[in-house]
Amino acid sequence: MRIARVFYNGSFLLGLLLMIALACSPLYASRYTIILLTTILMYVVITVSWAMFSGPTGYISLAPAAFFGAGIYTSAILGTKAPLPIVFAIGGLASFCLAALVGALTLRLRGIFFVMFTFGLVELLLHFVLWWEVTITGTTGRVVPSIDNTSVFYLMLLVFALLLLTVYLLKISKFGMALRSIGENEDAAAHIGVNVTALKILTFGLSAFFMGVAGAIMATRWTYIDPKIAFNPVISFMPVLMAIFGGLGQLYGPIIGAALFSYLEEFLITRFPYHYMLIFGVILVVAILYMPGGLVGLAQKLRKWFSGRKYADT
Amino acid sequence: MPILEGHGITKHFGGLAALTEVDFTVEQGEVLGLIGPNGAGKTTLFNVISAAIPPKSGTITFKGKTITGLKPYQICRMGVARTFQSVKVFANMSALQNVELGCFFGKKERVPADAAEHAASELLEFVSLKDMKAVPAKDLTLANQKRLEVARALATRPELLLLDEIMEGLNHTEVAQAMELVTRIQARGITVIMIEHVMKAIMNVCERIVVLHYGQKIAEGTPKEIAGSKTVIEVYLGE
Amino acid sequence: MIVTILDVLIAGLLLGGIYALIAVGLSLQYGVARVLNIAHGEFIMLGAFITWTVYTYLGLNPIVSLAITGPIVFVIGFILYRTMFKRLRNISPTPAAFEGSSMLACFGLLFIIQNVAILIWGADIKGYSYLAVPVDFAGTKFAANRLLTLGFALVICIVFYLFLARTRMGKAIRAAAQDSAAAGLMGVNINHVLALCFGFGALMAGLGGALISMSYNIQPTMGLEYTMIALIVIVLGGLGSIPGSFIGGLLLGLVGSIVTYVEPGLSLVAYYVIFMLLLLAKPTGILGK
Repeated sequence: MRIARVFYNGSFLLGLLLMIALACSPLYASRYTIILLTTILMYVVITVSWAMFSGPTGYISLAPAAFFGAGIYTSAILGTKAPLPIVFAIGGLASFCLAALVGALTLRLRGIFFVMFTFGLVELLLHFVLWWEVTITGTTGRVVPSIDNTSVFYLMLLVFALLLLTVYLLKISKFGMALRSIGENEDAAAHIGVNVTALKILTFGLSAFFMGVAGAIMATRWTYIDPKIAFNPVISFMPVLMAIFGGLGQLYGPIIGAALFSYLEEFLITRFPYHYMLIFGVILVVAILYMPGGLVGLAQKLRKWFSGRKYADT
Repeated sequence: MPILEGHGITKHFGGLAALTEVDFTVEQGEVLGLIGPNGAGKTTLFNVISAAIPPKSGTITFKGKTITGLKPYQICRMGVARTFQSVKVFANMSALQNVELGCFFGKKERVPADAAEHAASELLEFVSLKDMKAVPAKDLTLANQKRLEVARALATRPELLLLDEIMEGLNHTEVAQAMELVTRIQARGITVIMIEHVMKAIMNVCERIVVLHYGQKIAEGTPKEIAGSKTVIEVYLGE
Repeated sequence: MIVTILDVLIAGLLLGGIYALIAVGLSLQYGVARVLNIAHGEFIMLGAFITWTVYTYLGLNPIVSLAITGPIVFVIGFILYRTMFKRLRNISPTPAAFEGSSMLACFGLLFIIQNVAILIWGADIKGYSYLAVPVDFAGTKFAANRLLTLGFALVICIVFYLFLARTRMGKAIRAAAQDSAAAGLMGVNINHVLALCFGFGALMAGLGGALISMSYNIQPTMGLEYTMIALIVIVLGGLGSIPGSFIGGLLLGLVGSIVTYVEPGLSLVAYYVIFMLLLLAKPTGILGK
């Protein structure tokens, strides 16, 4: 037990050090590194948000691209009309509302409907916004005000910190425990007084909020936005890959997976645009087939094996 | 004063009539046995009471208030708790956490973390699982998992407890312990309805028994009356 | 005005025939093999591209090449089931876990197949022209290839229905759909049957893709939309009901044709509105259990 506590304290300290290092990085790192770090932070935020809901409940959402895109489009529509912090918040709220709607429709039914609905959501939004722009507004694409790279970096770092705080508080609270119980046995959870539908909808909405804010912020990096850029199915695929590879149980599983793959993607996207997606697809399948606990699950198994302890912490 | 009443409960699954016009009354403070051959509709009746499934027709009132149409979590918070025939513990959470969840959510009022932990520990002791607090539920024996379900149900502070075959698969010693547990639960003022196949337990622990067969109530009375009833004996031995 | 209504109705049937075919395929995979194959559209895409390749490089007409496309896609589906999904079945502790992990595996497959296709054929739009001649039917002109598409879609569905109803293997599949454990106990080689079902589902997707390529242009990213349509159709028809998917496909095709007549570009949105209405009012669909 005491060993575990030191480990947790150790990783907390490590995390803190990392955050401080990140916060200071614009002072000593190149412009390219800052841009790369921002992209990594973006993926980490989306992945951890995704894992916040889909991890404990087991309801697999394939909609991150839709919520991220909704955030992007909020910036595209409102970017020139309101101060940016408000725009970012509205981006988050728009995604929250969208998620709440999706949740209200599907989360009172079996999980399969949720998967199906979220799967098609990004393509639906793409078609709808495209039609709207062609038919109603007459223009395709919008221009977004841009802000400098360092500011975007700090904004994403702030969002990341807030997200970590939220996930941690949720995890140690009774609601976090209730979410896990929903994943373990939803019927039983309902029968001991957990309002399962409300909890699912709210948590799903909360996870979408962060994705929306991230989208709204990142939109300022692309000066021109059109539906095809904003609603990109790859943004749904990457967090699923990252979280599953990294492992869903722990806090840092999704973070490790996200950091690893976003770095890889940045590296490979210009050189082998179709090969790397192919390989990522293969990695996802291999991870599902051979690493059900993800990388962290693997590490835990090894730790259990070495220390000989009977029960591993979750 | 009846704590639970059901009128005309009917439930169909596709073409199959699982329950047909079942009426029942449960008196406050009693231990009521619910028996019948397999497929008689006993668990279905529990599922209708706890709102796991809606009835086709009929109403159920709890302490005078209609509860048909409510959601399971609402019925739980009103004071009705249950266990499940196929044990539904939270497998990867510890025994303590399983029960704590019942403490936190069983009633609308907010319960602070240390109070929940305290109450949960007490309940685990009540069901003789004191030493298993930190064990993940999936690593418990079946008998202990059933005890855990009882503790978790009790954590929601119910006035009425529905026990679904808690003695299934238990050996003689464990059955005796379970019988004694039910008596202790009754001593706490909680009304109990128990579905059981273990006749020894039913006859000794229950004050009244209701018998279902093919979804209909065919007999009702004291253990002595039921044991002597020709209809019941035919139903059980005639197969 | 009557002529216009008939136009729309028949166009709806033409579209619906394809929808019915691909939905029946997905229904086989989800209803029997219990795999929510969200890569279904990619098998459709493969069918379309194999047909295009055979037409462009070997000069074989698409109807004949159905006999090539079908088996290729069937074999791919069959092998995938016997390797990937069989292993997932073995390592999944519960049926729910299997449903979840198999769906995710299909998600991975989606990106694998799509990117393999891009690497082989390139990312641009392709097409070919076959029998694009107008034919008079019920007073209106329709493209011959579209009528042929409808005809074949219906024939394939009918043949499959007869297969399910009359043959021994068909009965085994229906038994497995009802209760795979019981069917296994009755002596049905369940692994074989489930793999066959998955393969048949892929086969239908491939054939659907081949038929689509006759009338429409194709590109490697075309699959997603068809997967969505197939998903909506199987919900509309009722999850687990194969005849339901057939009827649902025709219905949705009708809806698509009407919406395209009124406001082109909104058909997918309309399908999703129907999806939402189903979720609100009757998630079990038309013929669902």
